[in-house]
Amino acid sequence: MTTTELDRVPELAPRDYASPLASKLERLWATKPGLIGWLASVDHKEIGLRYIVTAFVFLLVGGVEALIFRIQLAWPNQHLLTPSQYDQLFSMHGATMILWYAFPVLTGFSVYLQPLVLGTRDMAMPRLNAFTYWVYLFSGLYLYVGLALGSAPNAGWFNYVPYASRPYNPGLNIDFYALANILLGVSTTLGSLNFVVTILHQRAPGMSINRMPILSWGTLTISVGNLFAMPSVTLAFFLLWLDRQFGTHFYSPPSGQPLLWQHLFWMWGHPWVYVIVLPALSMVSEALPVLCRRPLVGYTAVALATVLTMVLGFGVWLHHMFATGLPNIALAFFSAVSLFIVIPSAVSNFAWLATIWTGRPIFNTAFLFFVGFIIVFVIGGVSGFMTGSVPADWQLTDTYFVVAHLHYVLIGWNLFAVMGASYFWFPKMFGRMLDERLGRWNFWLMFIGFNVGFFPMHITGLLGMPRRIYTYPDGMGWDTLNLIITIGSYIMAAGMLLFVVNVFYGLKRGVIAGPNPWDAATLEWSTPSPPPPYNFVVIPTLASRTPLWEERLNEGPYRSQLSEGTPLDHGKEVLGTSSLDAQPNVILRMPEDSIVPLLLALVLTLLFAGLIVKAWWLVIACLAVGLALQLAWLWPRVELRERRP
Amino acid sequence: MKRFFLGDLAGPRMTAAKVGAFLIATLNDSAAHAAAPLNYLTGHGVRSRPIATLTWALMIISVVVVVIIVALLLAGLRRGHGFSAPAPGTQMPVARPPGGASWIYVGVGISTLVLFVMTVWTVVTLAHVANPPRTDDALRIEVTGHQWWWEVRYLSPDVSREFITSNEIHIPLKRTVEVDLRGADVIHSFWVPALSGKTDVIPGQANRTWIEADKPGVYRGQCGEYCGEQHAHMGFEVIASTPEEFEKWWNSQLEAQPNASSELAEAQNTFIAKCGICHTVRGTRAGGHLGPDLTHLISRRAIGAALLPNTRGHRSAWIADPQHLKPGNYMPRLELSGPELNAVSTYLDTLN
Repeated sequence: MTTTELDRVPELAPRDYASPLASKLERLWATKPGLIGWLASVDHKEIGLRYIVTAFVFLLVGGVEALIFRIQLAWPNQHLLTPSQYDQLFSMHGATMILWYAFPVLTGFSVYLQPLVLGTRDMAMPRLNAFTYWVYLFSGLYLYVGLALGSAPNAGWFNYVPYASRPYNPGLNIDFYALANILLGVSTTLGSLNFVVTILHQRAPGMSINRMPILSWGTLTISVGNLFAMPSVTLAFFLLWLDRQFGTHFYSPPSGQPLLWQHLFWMWGHPWVYVIVLPALSMVSEALPVLCRRPLVGYTAVALATVLTMVLGFGVWLHHMFATGLPNIALAFFSAVSLFIVIPSAVSNFAWLATIWTGRPIFNTAFLFFVGFIIVFVIGGVSGFMTGSVPADWQLTDTYFVVAHLHYVLIGWNLFAVMGASYFWFPKMFGRMLDERLGRWNFWLMFIGFNVGFFPMHITGLLGMPRRIYTYPDGMGWDTLNLIITIGSYIMAAGMLLFVVNVFYGLKRGVIAGPNPWDAATLEWSTPSPPPPYNFVVIPTLASRTPLWEERLNEGPYRSQLSEGTPLDHGKEVLGTSSLDAQPNVILRMPEDSIVPLLLALVLTLLFAGLIVKAWWLVIACLAVGLALQLAWLWPRVELRERRP
Repeated sequence: MKRFFLGDLAGPRMTAAKVGAFLIATLNDSAAHAAAPLNYLTGHGVRSRPIATLTWALMIISVVVVVIIVALLLAGLRRGHGFSAPAPGTQMPVARPPGGASWIYVGVGISTLVLFVMTVWTVVTLAHVANPPRTDDALRIEVTGHQWWWEVRYLSPDVSREFITSNEIHIPLKRTVEVDLRGADVIHSFWVPALSGKTDVIPGQANRTWIEADKPGVYRGQCGEYCGEQHAHMGFEVIASTPEEFEKWWNSQLEAQPNASSELAEAQNTFIAKCGICHTVRGTRAGGHLGPDLTHLISRRAIGAALLPNTRGHRSAWIADPQHLKPGNYMPRLELSGPELNAVSTYLDTLN
């Protein structure tokens, strides 16, 4: 991608997806046929779907891991799994869900939807977009190679030292985890950069920052957050790897400090909790109002609350460490921030309630998921409020109460929102509706299964059941509740299975959706479903937050211009606009499809494979090939106007 | 269709209410502690009681908040404005009715007030329970967390009165007990729910906590931080008794074991040869420090870090195959012959 000045007066054309102009754009933007074409695609819709599908596969795998160890915990004194197998399973479950499902699935929705809701044709850096997907996929496979070799992480997803250090954990288990995380961090960081640039510079003309969809506020906020948070965890894992393999002592006493790990980890880890829920919350804020037939109540408040949550999210990491013997004054401060971070969440919560109260809801599956989401959101919120209070947390921490809390937050705030969003945006992605009858079964099984499966964990926690125990004696008051939990988890899994069935059914037999099945308000619904490779045949111009509802809302003197716009067809072109006011200031040339991102991701993964077995010749070879590939990637090209012809 | 939908939502709520009622009934019962030994909703000492009260307050507020929000949500759905989904693409009415913003003002206003009150309560409780009361009378002990058992050293100004025991902590009633926490290997967490919350045991870091009991009894403790394969079985017990009984216990623990009588000499020699590298029995040549001190083993209630009741049968089973009962622990399978096993068991029976 290069930037030139606005080098011509853009011509105007009518919006017509059957015109010769559309065919020309189709030729310019379409992914080439064949396997190589597919592998080389840089189309954000293609990549977004790959992210979503991959993340759902990880969700199912992580779910199966949990279903296995739930059998072990259903009754006291079970020995289905050895302690070592149990430890690897629960660690893999946590890592898979939090790192390889929860964030990537949201990234997938963002990669798919952001260019569409912003009124542009691709992400700002399309090849980088492909690269981040491949690195994400390979980092997950890298971790699972560890599992296949019997060397899966076994110290929990937050991997505390010294247990995770070499004297106590001599296998390669933790090295797989550390290096997989560094690899994933490359993907997350680059992906976040791509979102920041896209959202700040490629919004349709007229989409000033205060007209940007809440969806984009969520993605922008967490992408900026990631840029500050990721270095911490990458450093933490890198130092751990040095400690383990090269005899440094960053984390081992007397010269090092075990608590250094916890600080570095949670300085990323708590912001990360918000990173994997805020985009989900913003999907609800985007879709719920459509199903309530009104604009979101309190757009500005919700947008600012999103940003405020992220900012405060950087000031609460110590609440994971309340029991580590820190000074009381620090405990008091972090406790107060941990309680007050509830306020921005309350803003969103009351905005949704008000939207439902003052709107006219459509009772469909997506809406059911959003209602279920709000209930679970509140329960997860108040249990967080309880653990935010230091003295109470000294009891609650590391019991099943925290397990209940984190599942209400991660399943409730992330998965229920993602499910609702899937029902909502599936018709846009595939042009067909998901089945409503199956959808209802899907919802009720998941909602009931989830609450039966996770609510009793609050009680086992209050009855003192520690988390991460591979079995427990009878007579502790936990037996019946654990059996109920296991039954609930299987009910929920059945619901999840119905979703998979519904997706396959919907792809084949779903009712044809048309461009705007929900009569929604934002730009992505102004294109055909599924959208053509170039998204918009002409670039729209915005005058409000709800361009497709303007006639009916009849607010203000101006109207968005969707039926006519600039076609930008002198190549793969998009419009660059200014960050705040979205005034057009440059016509950007986008790169063609390329296999180089895939090759570079492969080489990078191979390099990490070399690191784990310490095959230095391989590492050096990968560095050399990687450098050559980067030269090929970045070589200035005439068609991108990076050099003169 | 809407009626069906609302009826179904009420289902899980009813269940939650029943569970809540059951929970409250159970926990206010004095027998609750026997039914759930690690529960912390009733405090049994000056430190844990304010924490239990605070936890209940937080919990009640939480339940009230959930009930209010769910009620508002259901009422909002029931208002009769809703409709079922029309065919895809149908144009539906759209409006921006006024009045939404006041929800945010009122809701956030009330939330902020509640949060402020609870923050003050939190900080006041923290100030009250974080540090032990200033007293010259406090008993001091040192607890070391090992994978996966607890070493307990009783400290005294008179060094000759110090001794080491394991997995069982005796304390005198109504006296502050300061606990210095030492980490031997990985991070553990010292936790006696009825008496105090968790404080982590971190190698290279001197942490301190305190406990105090005001009713005699046996309080179960447990490692609260994941520490490896046998984290599940890293329990201990705190036994609170009157100062007189406590003093008597201390004095009895100070005694070394006499050299075995002639008929037991063979058994003692077997024990020293097979077990003495790792375990100590004061008064004998068994002086190992890798495993728990066994000097007064028979006086303890449990073996294997609160794993099994301390009976001869369990002791023999443990010695015969510790890896079966607690897989992954650091006591190896000794491959003892029948007579050797019998000899070791017989000798252990005398360690009162």
